[in-house]
Amino acid sequence: MAAPDTPPLSPAPSGIDSSPQGRALGLTTLSWERNKATLMAPYRAELVGDLDTGVIAGGVVTTLLDHACGQAVFAALGEATSIATLDLRIDYMRAAEPGQDVRATAHCYKLTRRIAFVRATAYDRDIDDPVATAQAAFMLGTRGRPSEADAGQPDAEGGQ
Amino acid sequence: MSRDTGSRDAADRLKAMLDRAPYARFLGLRLELAGDEMTAILPYSEHLIGNVSLPALHGGVIGAFMELTALAQLSIAKFPTGQGLARQPRPIDVTVEYLRSGRPVDTYARAQIKRLGRRVANVQVEAWQEARARPIAALHGHFHVTPAAGGEAG
Repeated sequence: MAAPDTPPLSPAPSGIDSSPQGRALGLTTLSWERNKATLMAPYRAELVGDLDTGVIAGGVVTTLLDHACGQAVFAALGEATSIATLDLRIDYMRAAEPGQDVRATAHCYKLTRRIAFVRATAYDRDIDDPVATAQAAFMLGTRGRPSEADAGQPDAEGGQ
Repeated sequence: MSRDTGSRDAADRLKAMLDRAPYARFLGLRLELAGDEMTAILPYSEHLIGNVSLPALHGGVIGAFMELTALAQLSIAKFPTGQGLARQPRPIDVTVEYLRSGRPVDTYARAQIKRLGRRVANVQVEAWQEARARPIAALHGHFHVTPAAGGEAG
């Protein structure tokens, strides 16, 4: 939660996310401050990964973590600009509890001119008992395509 | 009977996996078998978009799609003894590399099991759209696996 000495950035995104996938999952921003963001994916029966367990799907946690990491970069930059995920590593500690919402807190701990480095933790009740953790790197100021972000970088297909 | 029981069994296992996974239906995931080769298909749908201005598929959705592809490939895997897996494998960790933005078109993925140990499987997945040679993303992951008790027919 926001430290008392951390004024919220303005305009801080709040409420249900506006992207189509964010809306479809019901992703909700709980807090957004300086270089951190906390989002929630509400539990819904259609998001269950395995009916045998009733647990929210790993893929929902993946999307929540990716999304929270992106929001933390926007918080650190102070604006929602054009960024592209370079990579995302996720460690799964345990299954979420059946019927539980999942939250993710992401921290953009380093910004360079071109790259943002982010860590995130997904949890249901207690952030100290995580469901999953993530580490991600983002390229800044792109149109979303790593291969086009650097004009000098040859495309993998090459040859022309 | 001497029909192709192997691939029928695999098709049944894939169907069972999809039937058990509401989230796979939420994404619109399809799994197709050609002989022993499985292709996962993520038909384009507006609700998969993460960035409206490009537009581009949500990076998390691409990651989730490749994770499901890995799980589906494992669900039809057999140990050298002919045993299948006892229950749905659980991911330990995954690393997703994003190579190109996911355009608003259908996406495909195939998985390769690099090693199937008795406790851990290493799986690699590649996802593409218009051209197989221009992948949009790749995933490497480790998954907990449990061999089914006893030797299954296979």
